[in-house]
Amino acid sequence: MSGTYLGMPAFPEAAAKSTQDTQLRGNLRHATHTIRAKRAVAVAELEDWPQLRAAGAAVKDRTLRHLDHYLEQLETAVTAAGGVVHWAADAAEANRIVTDLVRATGETEVVKVKSMATQEIGLNEALAEAGIHAYETDLAELIVQLGDDLPSHILVPAIHKNRSEIRDIFTERMGDWGRAAPAGLSDEPADLADAARLHLREKFLRAKVAISGANFMVAETGTLVVLESEGNGRMCLTLPETLISVVGIEKTIPTWQDLEIYLQTLPRSSTAERMNPYTSTWTGTTEGDGPQTFHLVLLDNGRTDTLADTVGRQALRCIRCSACLNVCPVYERAGGHAYGSAYPGPIGAILTPQLRGTASALDASLPYASTLCGACYEVCPVAIDIPEVLVHLRERVVEGGAVTLRGTRAVIKPARGHAAERAAMRAARWTLDHPAALRAGQRLAARTRRLHPARLPGPGRAWSATRELPAVPAESFRDWWQRTRGEGKST
Amino acid sequence: MSHLDPVSPPSGASSRELILGRIRRALADVPRDELPGSVPLDRDYLRVHGTRTPEQTADLLAVHLADYRALVHRCPSGGLPALIATLLAERGARSAVVPDGLPDGWLSAVSGVELVADTLALTARELDAVDSVVTGCAVAVAETGTIVLDGSAGQGRRRITLVPDHHICVVLAPAQVVDSIPEAMERLDPARPLTWISGPSATSDIELDRVEGVHGPRTLEVILVDE
Ligand code: SF4
Repeated sequence: MSGTYLGMPAFPEAAAKSTQDTQLRGNLRHATHTIRAKRAVAVAELEDWPQLRAAGAAVKDRTLRHLDHYLEQLETAVTAAGGVVHWAADAAEANRIVTDLVRATGETEVVKVKSMATQEIGLNEALAEAGIHAYETDLAELIVQLGDDLPSHILVPAIHKNRSEIRDIFTERMGDWGRAAPAGLSDEPADLADAARLHLREKFLRAKVAISGANFMVAETGTLVVLESEGNGRMCLTLPETLISVVGIEKTIPTWQDLEIYLQTLPRSSTAERMNPYTSTWTGTTEGDGPQTFHLVLLDNGRTDTLADTVGRQALRCIRCSACLNVCPVYERAGGHAYGSAYPGPIGAILTPQLRGTASALDASLPYASTLCGACYEVCPVAIDIPEVLVHLRERVVEGGAVTLRGTRAVIKPARGHAAERAAMRAARWTLDHPAALRAGQRLAARTRRLHPARLPGPGRAWSATRELPAVPAESFRDWWQRTRGEGKST
Repeated sequence: MSHLDPVSPPSGASSRELILGRIRRALADVPRDELPGSVPLDRDYLRVHGTRTPEQTADLLAVHLADYRALVHRCPSGGLPALIATLLAERGARSAVVPDGLPDGWLSAVSGVELVADTLALTARELDAVDSVVTGCAVAVAETGTIVLDGSAGQGRRRITLVPDHHICVVLAPAQVVDSIPEAMERLDPARPLTWISGPSATSDIELDRVEGVHGPRTLEVILVDE
């Protein structure tokens, strides 16, 4: 695997490969089930979870419906506090802005705290082309970067690697990037973390420029917020002289008080903790403390197109907690790489085709990488109805219709006969061909009954036109599939 | 503006209009007379989970801090100087960084430890050679086991509680202890840089085994002073 998502095969091909990787599947299964169980306990501690979830969704809806207003307010507040705000319409512009800002400092090395937005735009590659080394400092991102690999999970990007693989990567590669791993490094997690600590500290103490993302931006006050565990975020946000934050425009929330909702729901949904070890908030620059130059790059890159879709808009509420990944039977079997973007799992299946459009075979196949079981909606702390958006996007892939592409209204043609449609069909078949994935997806079927269409949307239409789709309560989708397909027992 | 050097003018100036224009077109379904504040938002979630006496709140803070592997100590206010001295000695600290405005008496029993002032001139490398740091805090949150530092007197620059491997943080109970996140938000000033700390630095990136201390202090000791 090379460090880029470009040119990846469509979901079914990529998934077919990863499902044969028993190591990967074992790691994934263990990890997702562990986090899932812990999360349920952490959430159950808060008796007002439904109210927090509704308020979290409502704050984001308020923001999205008046995003222009809040972005202007944010810009004013950040500027007043000593920051400089830049606007980037797409990935290329964001990369150019950041590259120029780093160049202006005269530095050729930057430290980075894990940021999905910079992964989405391929910033590290763009910086490398300009002769600038970007060092990922999150432990998992370091593992991924040293291994010339790609992240496979939002929260635990190296979830697909086990301890001995990590030890080997550290032993073989750390020396190429800086301080080498200690001789005779064991595969004990504590020793591995220690090796990372020593390797990275050298970089933190030297770094003049840092690049971050942000979990939230408070429009009212101009405050940026980063939640993390390891302290690499704090290192990047405090030690360097210049801080550049690249943040999607949808990360805005209106008021300081609104943050109280997400500080309760995000850690519990994400790492299943009452609170993550470190949260940093900063407003512009502070004399004598932390970076004295602060740049905020506001990123569109398809977000306004997503905003224009009244069904798909809700995907912009996402706070990247990763809870939906951990309950998804398809993600559990296919792994994160199969989704071909920085955003894997159920949220990736709806966000990526909206941010990038559905022209490529990969992006057209993503809305089909699901059993529509509804488990992702159940756990989502901002109540994104992922199945609803999936069905909506399936229709778009096959029937075409009005969309907004890079800010311009367009009518896309149905994908009939197109490579995209074939990819989508294969993804649907992939899902249906994995009875275990489908079975795991059926437990919540009753609750999502309304989402099971009378006719299969999209490519399934022609197929379902000749078959009666029974009402869901009569039998599970899986049982029905097994029976009507006439292939006997599930495995 | 707190920085002295002029910064280059923002780039992407025309993209600003482009993006704002796209947003306005994208929101064609939003009624023209709808104000941001008229989008419904119920804050019917709880401000506090449960009812507690101040003592119970402090107890809960201690339990939750310990859950995330902070070492928690409690003492009456008169016992604080001796306890700080003991903790530094047990740790074998040869040096400790001290923020401006730390109450004078707190370190009165410390001996044999070089006290390093938190100044601008102190480089990150010098700080890296310091063993410990002693600070106060702005507020502590019982329900989540969190202490919050805001850089005001007795707390210092953000880096001093990050680079040394051992952090002793003093929390005055009940004055600095609140029950919940909403209560903490109310007390904090977003204009200040804030650091929320819940247990020591930790990672679960390797097979989900929790390991303390990747980058931040590996040992967090919280002293709850019962006033
Ligand atoms: S869609 Fe919801 S559950 Fe999934 S990552 Fe985003 S906020 Fe979390």
